[in-house]
Amino acid sequence: MRISLGAVSRPLESLENKTGSWAVKIPKINPDKCVGCGECRMLCPEGCIDLVKKGEKVVAEVDYDYCKGCGICSEICHSHAIEMVEKVIE
Amino acid sequence: MRKVVRGFYSVAYAVKLCKPNIICAYPITPQTEIVENLAEMYANGELENCKYITAESEFDAASILVGASATGARTFTATCSQGLILMSEVLFNAAGMRLPIVMVNTNRALSAPLSIWNDLQDSMALRDAGIIQIYVEDNQEAHEMIPQAYKIAESVMFPTMVCMDGFKLTHAYEPIDLLDQELVDSFLPPYDPPIKLSVENPLTFGSYAPPHCYMEFRYRMHKDMVNAKKTIEKVFKEWAEIRRDWGGLIEYKEGKTVLVAMGSLIGTIKEVAEENGWGYLKIRTYRPFPAEEVREALKDCENVIVFDRAVSFGYEGILTIDIRNALYGESPDVYSFIVGLGGRDVPKTLIEKCVSKVINREIKPGYSFEGLKEFEEVLY
Repeated sequence: MRISLGAVSRPLESLENKTGSWAVKIPKINPDKCVGCGECRMLCPEGCIDLVKKGEKVVAEVDYDYCKGCGICSEICHSHAIEMVEKVIE
Repeated sequence: MRKVVRGFYSVAYAVKLCKPNIICAYPITPQTEIVENLAEMYANGELENCKYITAESEFDAASILVGASATGARTFTATCSQGLILMSEVLFNAAGMRLPIVMVNTNRALSAPLSIWNDLQDSMALRDAGIIQIYVEDNQEAHEMIPQAYKIAESVMFPTMVCMDGFKLTHAYEPIDLLDQELVDSFLPPYDPPIKLSVENPLTFGSYAPPHCYMEFRYRMHKDMVNAKKTIEKVFKEWAEIRRDWGGLIEYKEGKTVLVAMGSLIGTIKEVAEENGWGYLKIRTYRPFPAEEVREALKDCENVIVFDRAVSFGYEGILTIDIRNALYGESPDVYSFIVGLGGRDVPKTLIEKCVSKVINREIKPGYSFEGLKEFEEVLY
């Protein structure tokens, strides 16, 4: 394990910290309702939502490794496409 | 060059000689004149390769220095009391990020009630931050401690705080043997850290550490702080060779009865101790704490009398807790007197009164507030 002076880390190095581990609820995106406007991506404080191409459509996708379940995306979604659901750890 | 100057100037002049790159501060009594002096030097073009930044609060001042220090700049700030407490969130970070910010704390009491006067409650409240704390006795020591503080901070990579008593030192005019640039240059190399923040080489300082590694970071910090004692002693010795010997982590004169204190109070204590044939112990570095040195010095004496100017409410004087802990298992009785809070004068007569109570066995080992007036507790 590398213990740097002053907890200094290089770019992307801290990606190994899966900070989504403490999420209790997580957003579940309904790709049928999602219109791919990207507002959730813009407002996500963790920057863990991306827009991806799914077939003909562009839809939002969450990186659950870093999502903490704050629910902002679900609150602001105009299409009501994001539902907060219990996180189940398998 | 010997000059009659105030404590403020003795610090500001020494800071100038250390060639800081970024000075950033917010005014607070009794510190303001230190940074006012530096602002004047800056305006006069006496500070080369330096930027003086005015901040909108102490929180900002400390934050600006964290950024500046991370880029490899030599930094300085001064504050005290509420200002230091406002900085504290940032300072704990600066310590964890191992940034060698040098600051002067002009010790002042904490609110409430509001007081601008001197005691040690402010810096001692930051005891566990991971900041090196050095307490000076007079303005000459404050002056000469500044280059040493930079050398220590930049060698061990910890923020270093030089604590000098507000008003008692800051506002006092004293003849000071001012250092010259050549001596400081030969003693203090330019600051060039191995890791610095730059556009070409982006880094995160103080990044997130989950439970699987946080403890190792903190352990490394603790180990380095304990080991810093050796570096501090080395720097003090080096200074003694080129300038003046101020002692090591402690300054000790032996005796059956030994009076312990920090800061300017030790000046009064030295005089009383001399007149009465008692010993004294001056704590110079409070963190890292010189526990072995204290134990070695005090283990065979009869009475250890600690004069505390800061209280851990609900327990007792803060320095006493450290001293007694260092003496655990040894025989001396530890007596503690809490004196001089909020600028209350501590004259020689008060010290003599305290010691005579101990020597005449009028009190048992323990602590008491000394110099209290009679008062009545009312609601308002």
